[in-house]
Amino acid sequence: MAIKFTLNGKPTSLDVDPDMPLLWAVRDEIGLTGSKFGCGAAQCGACTMHVDGEPVRSCSTPLSAIEGQKVTTIEGLGGKVAKAVQDAWIKHEVAQCGYCQSGQIMSAVALLNDNKKPSDAEIDEAMQGNICRCATYVRIRAAIHDAAKTVRA
Amino acid sequence: MTEQSKIQITASRRRFLQGAGAASVGLVVGFHWAPRHAMAQKAAAGEPKLINAFIRIAPDNTVTVLSKHLEMGQGTYTGLATIVAEELDADWKQMRTEGAPADVKLYANLAFGMQGTGGSTAMANSWDQLRKAGATARAMLVQAAAEEWKVPAREITVSKGVVSHASGKKASFGQLAAKAAAITPPADAPLKDPAKFTLIGKDVPRLDARAKSNGTAQYTIDVKLPGQLTALLQRAPLFGATVKSFDASKAKAVPGVVDVVQVSNGVAVVAKNFWAAKLGREALDIQWDDSKAEKRSTDEVMAEYKELAKKPGLPARKEGDVDAAFAKAAKVIEASYDFPYLAHAPMEPLDCVVKLDADKVEIWAGDQFQTVDQGNAAHVLGFKPEQVKINTLYAGGSFGRRATMQSDYIVEGVEIAKAMGAKGNSAPVRLVWTREDDIQGGRYRPMYHHVLKAGVDDKGEIIAWQHRIVGQSIMAGTAFEQFMVKDGIDATSVEGAANLPYAIPNMSVELHTTKVGVPVLWWRSVGSTHTAFATEVFLDEIANATSQDPVALRRKLLAKHPRHLGVLNLAAEKAGWGKPLPAGKVRGIAVHESFASFVAEVAEVALQADGTWKVEKIVAAVDCGTPINPNIIRAQVESGIGYGLSATIKPGISLAKGGAVEQSNFHDYEVLRIHEMPKVEVHIVPSKEKPTGIGEPGTPPVAPAVANALMSGTKVVFRALPLPATASKSA
Repeated sequence: MAIKFTLNGKPTSLDVDPDMPLLWAVRDEIGLTGSKFGCGAAQCGACTMHVDGEPVRSCSTPLSAIEGQKVTTIEGLGGKVAKAVQDAWIKHEVAQCGYCQSGQIMSAVALLNDNKKPSDAEIDEAMQGNICRCATYVRIRAAIHDAAKTVRA
Repeated sequence: MTEQSKIQITASRRRFLQGAGAASVGLVVGFHWAPRHAMAQKAAAGEPKLINAFIRIAPDNTVTVLSKHLEMGQGTYTGLATIVAEELDADWKQMRTEGAPADVKLYANLAFGMQGTGGSTAMANSWDQLRKAGATARAMLVQAAAEEWKVPAREITVSKGVVSHASGKKASFGQLAAKAAAITPPADAPLKDPAKFTLIGKDVPRLDARAKSNGTAQYTIDVKLPGQLTALLQRAPLFGATVKSFDASKAKAVPGVVDVVQVSNGVAVVAKNFWAAKLGREALDIQWDDSKAEKRSTDEVMAEYKELAKKPGLPARKEGDVDAAFAKAAKVIEASYDFPYLAHAPMEPLDCVVKLDADKVEIWAGDQFQTVDQGNAAHVLGFKPEQVKINTLYAGGSFGRRATMQSDYIVEGVEIAKAMGAKGNSAPVRLVWTREDDIQGGRYRPMYHHVLKAGVDDKGEIIAWQHRIVGQSIMAGTAFEQFMVKDGIDATSVEGAANLPYAIPNMSVELHTTKVGVPVLWWRSVGSTHTAFATEVFLDEIANATSQDPVALRRKLLAKHPRHLGVLNLAAEKAGWGKPLPAGKVRGIAVHESFASFVAEVAEVALQADGTWKVEKIVAAVDCGTPINPNIIRAQVESGIGYGLSATIKPGISLAKGGAVEQSNFHDYEVLRIHEMPKVEVHIVPSKEKPTGIGEPGTPPVAPAVANALMSGTKVVFRALPLPATASKSA
C-alpha cells in the first residue's frame, strides 16, 4: 500500500517496501540526491532531513514512520533562517569535500529555528550528531554564529 | 598486498620522489575534441572552444579549466583555476573548473608520470604548467583581437576578462575564443611578474562553495543513468579469504533484486535500488575458503613486531658511527611507540558507476588515479586503456583511500558490469560500499612499532640517534614498487624519519618490513602519520631528560634548516611560548616537514585534576611556498589538524583473534566530532618559493604536539596512539 507524506511542500505517495529508509526512498525513488548516505546507522548525520520541523536521520527512519508527515530536504529549504545559514556557509567557505554539508546545514537550520542565539556549547550539542571528516567544525561554528546574527537582525 | 597491478607506469623513481619540476612535459595545444559538457552547450551561439588542453572558453564567456586533479575537498579546483585566471587576466567570476578526462598524454601528474592526485602535489606540479597554459591562451586571445581589429598585438591590453585597445575597441574572451583557438600557440608567451599578481595570494572565493551548500554538487553516489542498477558486494569476512560456494536463492527472492554474480572479491547482489541490494546481500548464503586468510590478531602481530625490533633492520639512513657514539654517551634514552591500523573513512563511501558497451566502457567516480584505474579496468575487459572513459566527479573525501594501485572499487564495479553483461544484462551498474564495507574493507594506514634510542654527552648534546621502524610496506607488491622500494626500503615507511632534519652527528634509521595479510594504503600524510609522532615526542623526552626547553632544543638542532626554523619560531611566538599559562593549561610543540611543506603546531590543552583533558587550541605556522589562496591554506590546515586529532584521541582498527576486524561503523570506529574540535589559528609564512602541498602537511604535527603538552603537564610520557582519555598525573 502506498505511503503518503508531504515532501518539500508537495503531496507525495510512494508504493515501495515500507521498511525502505526515507533516505533511499527520496534518493532512489524520487531522485532528490542532496541528502547523503554516510553510515546507514544514524551515526553521522549526512542524511539529515526535517520531519515536521525536527531533524531526523533519514537513513534509519523507515518510510512507514513518516506517513502523513511533512518532510523537508536540503532541496526544499527556504525562509529566513535557511537563507541565513546557507549564505553563512558560503561566506565562511565551510565546505571542503562538501559531502556532509547538506546534513550539517539541516541540523544548523533546525538549531536556529529553536534558538536564535546559541552558545558554542549549544552548537556543539546540536551539531554533535553530524560528522565531517574534513573537520570543517571551526567554520561550522563560525557560520552558525554569523547566521544567528543575521536571523536576529 | 599481494595482487600485482597490471598497468604500466612510466614514471621514474626520481620523478615520483622529487615531484614537480623534476620532469617537464610541454603544454599540449591545438588539441580539439568535443567534451561531454560542450555538447550540452551546443544550443548557445557557437561551441565552446578548447584553447589548449587545460582551458576552454565558451561563447557565454565562461572559462573552464580542465583539472587533471581530483577535487576531494582540498580546494584544488579553485587553486588551479586561480593560476590560469591570473595569467589569463580573467575575471574570477567567469572561471569554472571541471575534471579532465583520463588521458595520460595530456594530464599526467608531472610528479608521478601518470594521471593521479596525491602526495599534496596538485599545486606544485601544476604551477609552471598552468601558468604557461594561461599565458599562452592569453597571447592567443590577444593575437585574435589584433587580427580582428588590425592593430599591433603589443597595443592590446587584457584586464578582468576584457581585451581592449586604446582606440576603444573591446571584446570578451567569449567573443574571441573561436578565432583564438585557430591560432598557432606561441612557444614563448611571457609569464606575469609575480609582483603584479592580483588573484594569487588573495582569498579568491572557492568555486564549489555554493553547490556544496545547497545540495546540488554532484558526487558519484548521485549519478543516475537510465536503467541504472545498484550493486552491493559481499566481501570476505577475513582478509585473504575467498568464495568457496554460495547459495543465491534467498537473495534472488528479495523483491527488486535483479541478479547475483560472483566476482574476484566476493558475491554481488544487483538490484533496482540500494535498499533491495542491501536486503538481498543480507540474504546471501556464502561459504568462504579461509585457508589462506590472515588469522592473527593485531595484538599477536604487534607482539611479533616488538620481537623484531630487537634486531637491526635494513638501513634507511646511516651517518657517522652510532655504536661508538653510544659507547661514549653519558646518558642513553630509549623509548618505543605504537601505532594502530587506521581506516580513512571518507564521508562518501567508495562508489562508482559503470556503463559497459561491447567496445567501450564509461566510468563515473571520484577518481583519484585515472591512469591506473583506466589500465586496471581495461585489463578486466580485455580493452585498450583508451576504450575506458573516466568521468571524474567531486569526491566526498578520500584522504588517500580512492588512490589504490589495484583500483579495488573500480575493478569491482567493472567486474560486476562484465558479469551482468555476460548474462545479457547491459544496464549501467552503480556499486556502493556501505560504511561497514569501508571500515572492514582494509587498505588501512599500516600498524607500526618504533624504537628510538638517543645518546647524549655530559653537556646534554645529542651525539647518537637510532630509530628502528617495524611495519608493512605500502608499495611492496604494487606497480610502484620498482620506483619506491629501493634496497628493501619503502620510502613511504621511513619518510619523516630518514630525512630527520636535526643536526645529530651519528644517526641510524632502520626498517623491518613485515608481511601481514591486512591490505594497507597511504593515509593523509602517509609515513609522517607515525614518524612525526615518534621523532617529535622522543625529542621532547630528550629535552626533559636533559632539562632543555623543547623550542630551544629544536632551534639549536635546526640551525641549518631555515624553513623549519621559520615555522617553529612563528608558531612559538604566536602561541606565546615561554609565557605562563593559566592553571590547568599545558602546552606542547611539534615541527615537521612533509611533501616539501613545513608546519609547526603548538597545542594548548586543558588538563583537569582527575587527569581528563581536552585540546582547546592549536596554533599552527606553515610554509608552503608561494601561498596561492591563503583562506584555502588555512582551511586545509584546520582540516589536517582535525583529521590528525581524530587519530590522536580515537582508537584505530583492530583484528580479533582469528583475524576479523573488530570495528564496523562510526559507533565503534569513532571519529572526531564538533565538540572535540579545538580553536585553530593558522599563520602563513610569506614566501616567494614555488608552491608546495598543503592538503596533508597540517596533519603530522598535531598528535605529537598534544602528547608533548600532556607530558609537560603530567611528567608522564605517552608512547602510543591513540592517547589515553585520562592522563595520569602520577609522578
